Amino acid sequence: MITGPMIRSKRSVHMLATQAAFVAAWGCLWSMTLPCAMASPMPPAAENVRLSDVPDDAGGALLLQWTTPALEASNGVVIERSATAKEIAKDPNATWIEVERLGKLAVLAKEGSYTLKGVSNSEDTRVRVAILGVDGELAEFVESKPARPLASFYAWKRTPLLLVVGFVSLAVLVWVALARRGVSTRIRRIAALDAVDEAVGRATEMGRAVLFVPGIQDMNDIQTIAGLTVLGRVARTAAEYDARLEVPTCRSIVMTAARETVQSAHQAVGRPETYSEGAINYITDEQFGYVAYLAGHMTREKPAACFYMGAFYAESLVLAENGNSIGAIQIAGTAEPSQLPFFVAACDYTLIGEEFFAASAYLSGERDQLGSIKGQDVGKALALAAIVVGCVCATVAVIFPTGSVSDMAGTIFGVTQSFFDGSLGSSGGGSGGG
Amino acid sequence: MLKRVIPLVILSASGLILILSYFSPITESLSETVVSWFNILAGVAFVLGAGNLLAVNLEKISSRRPGWAYAAITLVSFCVMLIAGLVKWGAVPNADHPNVHLAGSQDSTQAAYGWAYEYVLSPLTATMFGLLAFYVASAAFRAFRAKNFEAILLLGTAFIILLVQIALGAMLTDWIPANSAFAFLRAESIKAIVTETFQTAGMRAIMIGIALGTAATSLRLILGIDRAALAKD
Amino acid sequence: MHERHEQLPTGLRGFLIRMGRIDRRWIYLAVAISISVPMLAGLRFPEVPGRMATATFDAIETVPAGSRVLISYDFDPASAAELEPMANAMLHHCASKGHRIVLMALWPLGKQLADDAVRDILLEFHPEKVEGVDYVQLGFKTGNEGVIKLMSTAVAEAYSADAKGTPLAGLPIMEGVRTVGDFDLVVSVSGGTPGSKEWVQYADGAMPEAFTFVTGTTGVQASQLLPYYPKQMEGMLIAIKGAAEYEMLVTSKYPVDHADDRLSLGRKRMGPQFVAHLLIIGLIVLGNAAMIAGRGVKGGRR
Repeated sequence: MITGPMIRSKRSVHMLATQAAFVAAWGCLWSMTLPCAMASPMPPAAENVRLSDVPDDAGGALLLQWTTPALEASNGVVIERSATAKEIAKDPNATWIEVERLGKLAVLAKEGSYTLKGVSNSEDTRVRVAILGVDGELAEFVESKPARPLASFYAWKRTPLLLVVGFVSLAVLVWVALARRGVSTRIRRIAALDAVDEAVGRATEMGRAVLFVPGIQDMNDIQTIAGLTVLGRVARTAAEYDARLEVPTCRSIVMTAARETVQSAHQAVGRPETYSEGAINYITDEQFGYVAYLAGHMTREKPAACFYMGAFYAESLVLAENGNSIGAIQIAGTAEPSQLPFFVAACDYTLIGEEFFAASAYLSGERDQLGSIKGQDVGKALALAAIVVGCVCATVAVIFPTGSVSDMAGTIFGVTQSFFDGSLGSSGGGSGGG
Repeated sequence: MLKRVIPLVILSASGLILILSYFSPITESLSETVVSWFNILAGVAFVLGAGNLLAVNLEKISSRRPGWAYAAITLVSFCVMLIAGLVKWGAVPNADHPNVHLAGSQDSTQAAYGWAYEYVLSPLTATMFGLLAFYVASAAFRAFRAKNFEAILLLGTAFIILLVQIALGAMLTDWIPANSAFAFLRAESIKAIVTETFQTAGMRAIMIGIALGTAATSLRLILGIDRAALAKD
Repeated sequence: MHERHEQLPTGLRGFLIRMGRIDRRWIYLAVAISISVPMLAGLRFPEVPGRMATATFDAIETVPAGSRVLISYDFDPASAAELEPMANAMLHHCASKGHRIVLMALWPLGKQLADDAVRDILLEFHPEKVEGVDYVQLGFKTGNEGVIKLMSTAVAEAYSADAKGTPLAGLPIMEGVRTVGDFDLVVSVSGGTPGSKEWVQYADGAMPEAFTFVTGTTGVQASQLLPYYPKQMEGMLIAIKGAAEYEMLVTSKYPVDHADDRLSLGRKRMGPQFVAHLLIIGLIVLGNAAMIAGRGVKGGRR
């Protein structure tokens, strides 16, 4: 009786024999061709070597392109550039300087290219290319015409973003102008900002301090600036009520800026003598060191009102929970989306993202500033329109998979997508080109 | 006048240069200069900060204010790290310049600075981060209460995510065939729907708002419409 | 604080109301127990690899063997508990696949963590790997996203030498690397800013087709990064759960002989997470029951 495994083993023996014969035949063939391969001919020289400026950049870069005539006989390229005047002055024999030796990947396709970086903008540069053969032999160098990098005056590829920026900026400016002419700039009430007076008042009544935390980032973060504008208002109220305001900071520049802001607030309410810079201190740049200080300070001093306005990361929940445990009234504001849930869960009021940026305008009550918020809403309408167009077209394309309706929807979708891809580019998903 | 106008001019000029350089590559070097100036200022301001730290803590110790012992610990730690870093105590000699002590590296734990970094700062940092687990539990206990419709939505989502993030979610829904019409009720599908559809959509909306808010705030500052963060004359 | 004495109902209702006002320190104690007991007992549960873990695995797997991979350690010990398991698994995956690995850090303490990973994972499981040829540690560079920007123009402008001071020009692994675009795969294990988002904005955005980009991130940051997946980020591992799933995929294809658990840290840490999640679910239920029971009862603490 013949079993399955036996049949299989017979088959495998047969296959093995076939493979062995095949390998042997290849071996013979290889040994016959070997002498020829050892003396492989020199690969043909590169053709059509061009050197041009890289567009839309600040200069300093040239694009080198060439054609490889015989791909199978090529194993790479050697690229050399002409020496600069400075290099020749140093060493008169230096005429060509090797830039790069590229491997097989560079000659897999007929058309090859390479970007030279760090090229001088002030003098012409020539480049020469030689194809490397399979055994490492070097074909004749082919030289390009001279070229000079140019610093582009305008980056054309960023036009979509410029249009969006221009549109939003114009909308803001138009609304500021309209607001000055008396057009209504009423915006909805923001409960968190209306609660500022209540929080400071409560601290005054209880004879406890008001704690203001301006985030953990430096002054180059727009959130810190937005936080300091809110601090201006809190400091004014505190100065009016004669409440004690404490501002521990995580950055030295923020400490200096916060002192200026609080001092200005005291001057604005006509009480410059009550300003004390001792309450505005630098603690440490170290994130968790700063948090440890704040947590300890809050537990010991028990401030009655805590404001967290700025850029926050992992420390948000530590601060908010500590504030909650001491029974403080807490108002937070941040544009860090990942921290918003923690503040919302543990604070009494939270300014979410754009509300936080609108706070300064809202608190100032100035028509100019309120107008700018209206202008910002026009930008939001543009984003909304793009989303609606995209959704409608994508839905149409699903309902009518073929035909002219689908083609049209696909075209509109493609144009909208490429426009916003171009304008938001790297930021992805429309998520924060700003 | 000067106290307000000069900062405003610097702010507007810097802002405009940074915007311009994005669209006009020829001006890129100007934007690099602006960024470099900020870094220089931040470096100088650090001295101010360190001075302030010393002054405040020394004052706290000398007047024996409550918590003065903490101030003493802060000052001692500050001085020890500063000195250890400056004199490169125990630094590993540089291979190229073995005789130049200051060329040595402090990365390894053989150096006092590296040791303190590895065995003091790192565990302390990790401990502070670890506290979040405790705070999350107590915040969840307090915040997730079905007070109204919105709170119920929040609570329901939290419940689902907490379940599907652990193996229990898969255990509970594994009986649903993966290729049936009810496959969307399986743990991994629910998680994907909640995170990739609802959460991402909400997050995008918030981020678009933040981007526009950032743009409008920057414009207000550059044009001098918002002067709240600047000093009064 | 002055406490008001009040008459609470008796029985289950009273008990629930009291539980609703429980001192938060009891909750902290419960959390400590729910984490430490499963950790000490070595409690483990089976994980089913999800879509994102599979996408991450495939992204690293599809890049041809011998490719150059840049792994950026953008985290510190604070988030190491959450990110180290996935960083270890990614390093083992890249080394097993035969990729040439370049390590760097945008966070000061990230370099130390990368060094530990080289010692405990790379050289432990792949002792044949040669420094400078198969892997190199560039170390930490100050400048946050500025470093990424510089690397997008010229890697040499950000790093002229590796962490040991060897000039990059003398390292075979760095031969032909001019910009970050010369890497075939970039991995950022990110605990915050600068991290994955900055890599997308400044490197992937500048040269979207040049390399495959995958990331590993903390749970709290994930919501912010999800909009980038899968277009800008071909793979994304989220928190310990993502690490555990990915570990399963990696170790099933590239098993390790060693009996230790360095490549199953994610799965090991899912045990405490399992119990802690159940505790939080229980707390939420308790909180709501207390709220319902307390309706109509005045007073109590804030």
